Amino acid sequence: MTATEAPPAGPRKPYRQTPARRAFAFVRNTWRGLTSMRTALILLFLLALAAMPGALLPQRSLNPPKTEEYIAAYGWWGELLDRLQFFDVYSSVWFSAIYLLLMVSLVGCLAPRSLEYVRSMRAKPVLTPRNLARMPHHQRAEVTAEPADVLTAARSRLRGWRIIERAEAGGARSISAERGYLRETGNLVFHFAMLGLIVAFALGKMFSYEGQVIVQADGQPFCNSGILNYDSFNPGLQVDGTQLNPFCLRVNGFAAEYTENNQPNHYEADLEYQSGPDLETGTWRPYNLEVNEPLRTAGDRVYLLGHGFAPTFTVTFPDGSVRTQTIQWRPMDQTTLLSEGATKFDPPGVTDPVQRREQQLAITGLFAPTAFLHGKVLSSAGPQLDDPAVAVDVMKGDLGIDSGRGQSIFEVDQSMVDQGRLERVARENLELGEKLTLDDGTTVSFDGVQRWVSLQVSHDPTQVWVLGFAVAMLIGLAGSLLVKRRRLWVRVAPAESAADQRLTVVDIGGLARTDQAGYGEEFNRIAAGLLREARKH
Amino acid sequence: MPVNETLSQFSDWSYTTAVVVYVLAMIFFLVEQSFGRKGTQGAERTRVRAAELVGAGGPPSTTAAEPPAGSAGPTPAGRERSRAERFGRMGVALTVLAVLLHLSALVLRGLSANRVPWGNMYEYTMAICLVAVVTWLVVLRRSPVRHLSAFVLLPVVILMFVGGTMLYAESAPVQPALQSYWLVIHVSAAAASSGVFLVPGVASVLYLIRSRHEKDPQKFARFGPRLPALDVLDRVAYRTTVFAFPVFTFGVLCGAVWAEAAWGRFWGWDPKETVAFIAWVVYAAYLHSRATAGWRGNRAAVINVIGFAMTVFNLFFVNLVTTGLHSYAGVG
Ligand code: HEM
Repeated sequence: MTATEAPPAGPRKPYRQTPARRAFAFVRNTWRGLTSMRTALILLFLLALAAMPGALLPQRSLNPPKTEEYIAAYGWWGELLDRLQFFDVYSSVWFSAIYLLLMVSLVGCLAPRSLEYVRSMRAKPVLTPRNLARMPHHQRAEVTAEPADVLTAARSRLRGWRIIERAEAGGARSISAERGYLRETGNLVFHFAMLGLIVAFALGKMFSYEGQVIVQADGQPFCNSGILNYDSFNPGLQVDGTQLNPFCLRVNGFAAEYTENNQPNHYEADLEYQSGPDLETGTWRPYNLEVNEPLRTAGDRVYLLGHGFAPTFTVTFPDGSVRTQTIQWRPMDQTTLLSEGATKFDPPGVTDPVQRREQQLAITGLFAPTAFLHGKVLSSAGPQLDDPAVAVDVMKGDLGIDSGRGQSIFEVDQSMVDQGRLERVARENLELGEKLTLDDGTTVSFDGVQRWVSLQVSHDPTQVWVLGFAVAMLIGLAGSLLVKRRRLWVRVAPAESAADQRLTVVDIGGLARTDQAGYGEEFNRIAAGLLREARKH
Repeated sequence: MPVNETLSQFSDWSYTTAVVVYVLAMIFFLVEQSFGRKGTQGAERTRVRAAELVGAGGPPSTTAAEPPAGSAGPTPAGRERSRAERFGRMGVALTVLAVLLHLSALVLRGLSANRVPWGNMYEYTMAICLVAVVTWLVVLRRSPVRHLSAFVLLPVVILMFVGGTMLYAESAPVQPALQSYWLVIHVSAAAASSGVFLVPGVASVLYLIRSRHEKDPQKFARFGPRLPALDVLDRVAYRTTVFAFPVFTFGVLCGAVWAEAAWGRFWGWDPKETVAFIAWVVYAAYLHSRATAGWRGNRAAVINVIGFAMTVFNLFFVNLVTTGLHSYAGVG
């Protein structure tokens, strides 16, 4: 299992080539080639190389807008890369091909090795070499003890080794011992576990899903009952969204803590959830959702990804009717939480669609949790909600909501502005409680701030399996790399000394079968101990 | 928890002093390397020893027997210790001193912020370098390679210089995403393995130099003969890699477990994850190459160098250039 030569080319003997034979030879040679160590090595390299673009180029699965930007910025080159799946490396045809080939190669490697393993586990340690002095480790001594006593001492010293004792020509006897079988066990465990991990990982990709949603900390429930409840949703190949695990949650509060220099120190969402029978009984259970502490329920996990602010605006129309809305604005700057957004209003009581489209309102602009004014320009001095203020543009006209095109909740439709169908009618900075008045008498007031959190719901039924296999891999790896396979032989032969004294010549030889050196110390210790025992007799 | 400025100041001083002492030690080792008979002697001795073993008929993969203990017992030639050799010993003493300073810089950093001292890139680089030097000191006890120490200290000093100047960050608490016991486990495993990987990286570069010299004595004519025999370098590289690889695997595994808790998935091909995967596969290829006919020796050494290059790439490029979830470098 060390050196693996390329398999010998087909049979030399000229014999009749039938098409069937040729086909068979082709298949066999392909298989041999594919499962050779050299091929595995090359495939490993290809895998490393193929994974590389994923680190260097933006990936669609991680950051779609950035990917599109990149493609647009690089013109035909970007499009070529896109066509070649360089922005979806890990689901690309070529990446999959490499790892599938590697898996085939692995199976082809493992099957014969497993058989070999079973055989070697039953085999007896090899014969003692004729000349132990030629082993890398060797010691020789003459002792007065009987050969049988020396062998008994050796046996007890070599507890834990696999031992066989043999009689040899010339009255000598020898013990051959071997140890470190766990190395091969570890190796097989490692490779099989890796196979299992890859399969579990692939299955996970089919049956997992991930959804992101922004929830305001106002106690409104969010339920995992359908894809449409999410702001974005990434299903696995086998997930159609009709069978999500049912659970509901609501966020009652959110707290953020900062250090003096505005570094975030702690986030915490005060959550309640219900799943399983609680859904029927209407029981809500509390949970403190923190970064690194996801809520695990109903086979899903809920994560706290981010947070932000939702300013509350009240619009009082000239006819006296009042509308209030609290819509999340998105942070533009993570350290100061200066945010931007668009809160959109439909005029009340207007049924005529044409009129309606002339009187829609949008309040857009900036929100600062701790206002800092530079002249009239608003910025934020910090992420804490100390002194909130907004700098708003009030837009009036057609928001384009009826156009059928989806639009961002954070922005107005810029094309409406460009066409002159949506116009700015006021621009002002407002502190909490302040209001502005439009020409037609409409007032807009900034009444309050609500916090929101962005949550991610994840579902991956095979991740426990992946973990199990990964742990098995690690254990197997440790065994396969750190256990030393080593052999030790003891030969005892009767001899006569000059003084007619009966002596026993003890030869001890050792060989490490894997190139992890470090056997020398152990060998010397064993040999010394053994000779000491022998001399006692 | 406020930061203790005094401790952090002491940590900085300790750090700077450690770098200075490393540079000093490096100079001592360079003296030994370039003027010492030790270099050529040591190389000679290991070559003779290796030849004996091959002659003994062990299979090729077992020629790696115990090297003669580097400095144990007076060898005939070494009884009258040359001056260069004394330089080498002083180099080791200085290195030990620098390691102590280095260690205290790290510990004081941790104490000043009340957390493990690897929360940003400056601290992480500091930890990696410490592991690398300590690994090298352990290697020194077993292999006669002391005169090569300068080549290990060189990348360490460069890294520490870059760390102390370009990557420096004030001592501070870490952000919420990093407040987890996984920071202790995952990052220490990653730092430990990366640090150890520096040693086989250097050994493999020296292997390649020596092997070019052996093929063509004109190349590296002055430097080549002072390097130890190929199999000594190969063994140093292999043993350290074999130690670091499972630790690295453990680190990646813990990273995945942490990612599951922090980012909502255990693996998402974030740039740092991707490059860790690549480095892992490259090191696996290294281990396989040593068991593949025609790939031992030079090619294995090249693969090991690539592996270390990936480790460094992961540290610098991925932290500073790409933006991923791992962007905690704390470099403004
Ligand atoms: C992702 C793919 C793979 C990885 C990460 C991997 C990793 C490893 C590692 C870490 C070792 C321990 C090396 C040692 O004992 O020195 C090993 C050993 C081994 N692997 Fe793989 N392996 C992979 C695929 C394969 C494949 C496809 C084959 C077969 C074609 C294979 C055959 C072997 C063999 C024969 C050994 C034992 C080497 C020896 O006896 O020293 N491996 N593998």
